[in-house]
Amino acid sequence: MGGFDTVEILIGFIGIIMVIFAFVAVTLKNVTGAVITSGAVGLMASLVFLLLDSPDVAMTEATIGSGLTTVIFLYAIKKTSKEKLKDD
Amino acid sequence: MIKNAFIFITLILMSLLLLPLATDIKPMDSFNSLAERYMKEGPKEVGSANPVTSVVVTYRGFDTLGEVTVLFTAFMGVGLLLRRKEDEEMIVEAEKREGSEILQTASNFITPLLFIFGIYVFVHGHLSAGGGFQGGVIIASAILLGVLSRTSYKINDNLVLFVDSFAGLMLVILATLGVILAGGFMDNRYIGLGEYGKLFSAGAIPFIYSFIGIKVGSMLTGILKNMSQG
Repeated sequence: MGGFDTVEILIGFIGIIMVIFAFVAVTLKNVTGAVITSGAVGLMASLVFLLLDSPDVAMTEATIGSGLTTVIFLYAIKKTSKEKLKDD
Repeated sequence: MIKNAFIFITLILMSLLLLPLATDIKPMDSFNSLAERYMKEGPKEVGSANPVTSVVVTYRGFDTLGEVTVLFTAFMGVGLLLRRKEDEEMIVEAEKREGSEILQTASNFITPLLFIFGIYVFVHGHLSAGGGFQGGVIIASAILLGVLSRTSYKINDNLVLFVDSFAGLMLVILATLGVILAGGFMDNRYIGLGEYGKLFSAGAIPFIYSFIGIKVGSMLTGILKNMSQG
């Protein structure tokens, strides 16, 4: 072991957070919460891309992966579920 | 119970399948031959300071056009499925709740800034990180903020369609001009390359990327409109 620099440690740390968020997103019963958690996975992925020196991909992931997709999913849930979503 | 067990076993098998990808990865100390060609000749041939942009817009221009087409298909599909008649829209309208005052004040302040930032991102696509897709999404998220904060915020359907079609037409015209005046489809060299690293450089790339940005922004706005109000 050893020989890890700061960026590698950070990527590993963010990777662990991503796995936790992904696990929460899969196991949550609340669908709205699951969608928001999977958006957080995308946000963490964009941080990893940024640390890996690819700002173009990071911007795409942050805007589409965690921003717009989350909102479109939320609209889709609102449209397809019978009872209305709670406001919060 | 047995269903969950099957899902679990499948996930474990999937991760075993993908494990070699993670363990065999080695840091590369040199570019492969194609990447080296792009990095060395790209600035001279295309004149773009951002090598990603020179690949996305010129060397792999067809792929970009394909991506725009995929987005366009999604936009059309959403519009086809979710379009409603006028009287139905009124019912949805009544159920909506106005955004809080904090959200309204913040969106008044942030929406114009987001617009300008989105335009900056796609106009400077050949100089800094980002480009047409990212800028377009930023513009669409500015409009999303307006939709979320006010119930009276209306997106003009015809305007979205017009801007989208116009940008798409201009994009194809600019790309085809490359075939006639320069080396091939989406070739940017029919406008002078200019001084490397300046805003008006890299030939037609700023124009092509601007139209991609406008097109992506209007298409995503259309999708948002159909999802939220349609």
